[in-house]
Parts: sequence; C-alpha cells; structure tokens
Amino acid sequence: MISELVAWLTDPAHWSGPEGIPQRLLEHLGYSLLALAIAALIGIPLGMYIGHTGRGTFLVAGLANALRALPTLGLLILVTLPLISRLPGNLGFLVPSIAVLVVLAVPPILTSTYAGVQGVDLAAKDAAYGMGMTGQEVLTKVEAPCALPLVFSGLRSAMLQIVATATIAAYVGLGGFGRYVLDGLAVRDYSQMLAGAVLVAALAVVVEVVLAGAQRLTVPRGLAVGARESRSR
Amino acid sequence: MIEWLSSNADTVAYYFAWHTVLAVSPLVLGLAISIPLGWLARRHRSLYPPMIGVTGLLYTIPSLALFVALPVILGTKILDPINVVVALTIYTVALLVRTVADGLAAVPDDVIQAATAMGYRPLRRLLQVELPVAVPTIGAGMRVAAVSNVSLVSVAALIGTTQLGLLFTDGFSRNFMAPLIVGIVLCVLLALILDAIIMGLVRVLTPWQRAAREQQRATGAVVGSPKNGLRRLPEVGRAS
Repeated sequence: MISELVAWLTDPAHWSGPEGIPQRLLEHLGYSLLALAIAALIGIPLGMYIGHTGRGTFLVAGLANALRALPTLGLLILVTLPLISRLPGNLGFLVPSIAVLVVLAVPPILTSTYAGVQGVDLAAKDAAYGMGMTGQEVLTKVEAPCALPLVFSGLRSAMLQIVATATIAAYVGLGGFGRYVLDGLAVRDYSQMLAGAVLVAALAVVVEVVLAGAQRLTVPRGLAVGARESRSR
Repeated sequence: MIEWLSSNADTVAYYFAWHTVLAVSPLVLGLAISIPLGWLARRHRSLYPPMIGVTGLLYTIPSLALFVALPVILGTKILDPINVVVALTIYTVALLVRTVADGLAAVPDDVIQAATAMGYRPLRRLLQVELPVAVPTIGAGMRVAAVSNVSLVSVAALIGTTQLGLLFTDGFSRNFMAPLIVGIVLCVLLALILDAIIMGLVRVLTPWQRAAREQQRATGAVVGSPKNGLRRLPEVGRAS
C-alpha cells in the first residue's frame, strides 16, 4: 500500500493540470486564507470592542458554546442544499462553503481577542491613562499590542478548523485536497484517497508549525523582556 | 418531516445508538490513556513540552485524513468502526493530556504536603487526593472533547460508517431536508446530553464544592475561585 501511495504521489501526471497537486494546494490554501481573512475582519474588531468596553460579554461564551455542538458536515449540507441550485455555476457551493468556514472560524478568534484585551495588566492600562492617553489610544497602543499573542493563538485554532472543514467541503463540491479523498472513494481508488489524506495532513501540520512560529514573533518586545526576567528570577 | 421520521424511526434509532457508542468509547479510552500520560508529564517536567508538542501535531490532522489513513496503519477495513474510535481517541488524548497535567499542577502544595504527612504513598495520594482535586479541570476538558467528538463522528459518514452522519449524506444526495434536519437536531441533542452527564459526574465527584456552589447561588458571588476573569482560554475543540 505504501509503495502504491509513493507511486501515486511521484507520478508526474498528478503534478500538473487542473486536478494536479499544485492546483489543489492553491485551492485549499486559497479558500482557507479567504475564510480566515473574513473571519478575522469580523472577530478581531468585535473582540477588541467587547474586551475594551466590557459590553456584550455574553456574546463571547454564548456564541462559542452554541456553535460547538453543531455537526460541521450537517451544517455544510444544510447551508448548501437550498443554495446550490439557485446560485449560478460554482457559486452554488463556493458561497455556502466559505460562509460555513467563516462561521466556524469567528468564535475562536473572537474569544481569544476578547481574552487578550480583557486580560491586559490593569497597571499598564492605568499607567497609559495616567500619561494622558485617550480610550482609543489605550486600545491601539497598549491593549492591542499586549493582546497580539493571544489574537494569534485564536487565528491558529481558527485555521485548524478551516483547513479540516475545507477538506470535508469537497463533499459539496469545493476544490482542494479533499477532492482526492472523495473522488478516490467514488471510483474505489484507494491509493488516490490515501494520497489525499497524506497531503491534507501534511498541509495542516505545516500551516500549524508556520503559524506557531509566527506567533512567537508577535510578542511585544516589552512583554518578551518581562517574561524572560520573571523566568530567570 | 414528522411523517419521514415515523416511517424511519428504527433506522434513526439505530444510527443514534451507533453515534453514541462511537462518540463515548473514545472518551473513556482517551481518559484512561491521558491520566498516566498527564501524570508523567507533570512528574517529569522535561517530558511536558515534547508530549504536548507531539499530541498537538496529531491534533492538527483533519479527521477525514485520519479516517482514511488509519486502515493502512492498523490493517483494518476502511468501513471498520474501529478506525473512527482510534482517530477520536487520538484527539481526546491530545486534548486531555494537557488538561490532566495542568489540573494536577494546580493542586495546592499544602494539600499534597498534608496528604504526604498523613502517610499517603505517591500512588494512593494520586488516586485519592490529587486526581479528585483535579476533577473540575479534567471535567472541563472532557466536556470539550465529548461535544467535539459528536461532530467528528458524523464526518465519518463520508466514508460510509454507520451513524447519524449518514442522514446528512442521504439528505444531500436526495435533495431532501427531513433526514438532514433530524440528523442535526439529534447530534446537538446527543452533544447536550453528554455535556450534562459529564457536568453531573463532576458535581457528584466533588462534594466539597457543594457548599461553595450553594453560597454562590444564594449570593450571586463566586466564592473560592482564584480570579473571576478568563485565566485559561476556553478550548474550542476541533469540529471536523
């Protein structure tokens, strides 16, 4: 089985054309990043607002809990079924798929942005107000940078959900590595399915490692120095 | 929809039973594996980062990929429900190892010292003092794992495993809303039931917290919790 897998992955025919690995990789990454960007545009400002003002805290816990219990495959099909014949061409599955990816990605981003802003050291905020900063300046110059590592951890867990759910969205027609698994299943081509599984797993792990590395760079210099000192103490 | 449900009640009940088995057994297995692993990670600090790192990477692998790849590794057939159980056990362990290690780390030092002074040997101290004190933390991790397992099980419908997810694929292929909605409602219901059972178990296992809870209900104030804010991020749990 392993040799068939290697044979499939090294077959030059699988590395070009509209069904080739590079094209599928671009689709998977492209849809995932698009969904992540939309979710970040919704989740980060909302989380910052809730964390800064303390208004609407119920949204944070409520949203995450309510969505957690919904089965993703069911949700995906529920949104796609009414739209697939009404929207023209590929939009029939593209719009619902991306929408579901966004819906799944907003809660982790929202919660961690909120937690990051809300958890900023009170002394730091007091000092900022004492220096004469306005509320908005405190948010952009103190709270936002301090919250950045947590915001990033939210983006990371959102991306984990997105990459996995984009895989199963192949069932309703979305491109990406999930196609190999489902197309392979349809024609009982197990080596193609396995290749798809390996590619998806590799993509998810690489994305996670890259984001984890990038997250370290987001810690503000002041906080990094503080953490190092308290560790050596 | 009622009509569809009444004429298919047997199938739906059969799927529901399988869904429950596939979601719950990884939870039990995962807990049984995580307790010794979490204890090791707590006992030998140097093991903590690699253990969390490796389980964290396994956790990132999408469920569909695991369902397809595990038969090759385990030598099972693709439709074998064992694949789903093993895949979800991996996720549960990844989530719970950290919870168990952090829960044990949060046991106050004076409690451990008191137990040691009373003559508890390490194993008995772990089972009768440290683990019970860590129950609320471990329970919180179990709740996340339980709810996310219910969603993950339904993904296995794509490869044809018998459970509620088959109602989703059935609804999609026949362009028929009834089975889809019944399936989603039952999945949410199962998730809520499992969540409530774990919450109830945590309460039964932590009788010393009852007084604090009653006081909290009466006065509306949180008593005995270290800080009111979100100290640890709520885990989201993977959904697919």
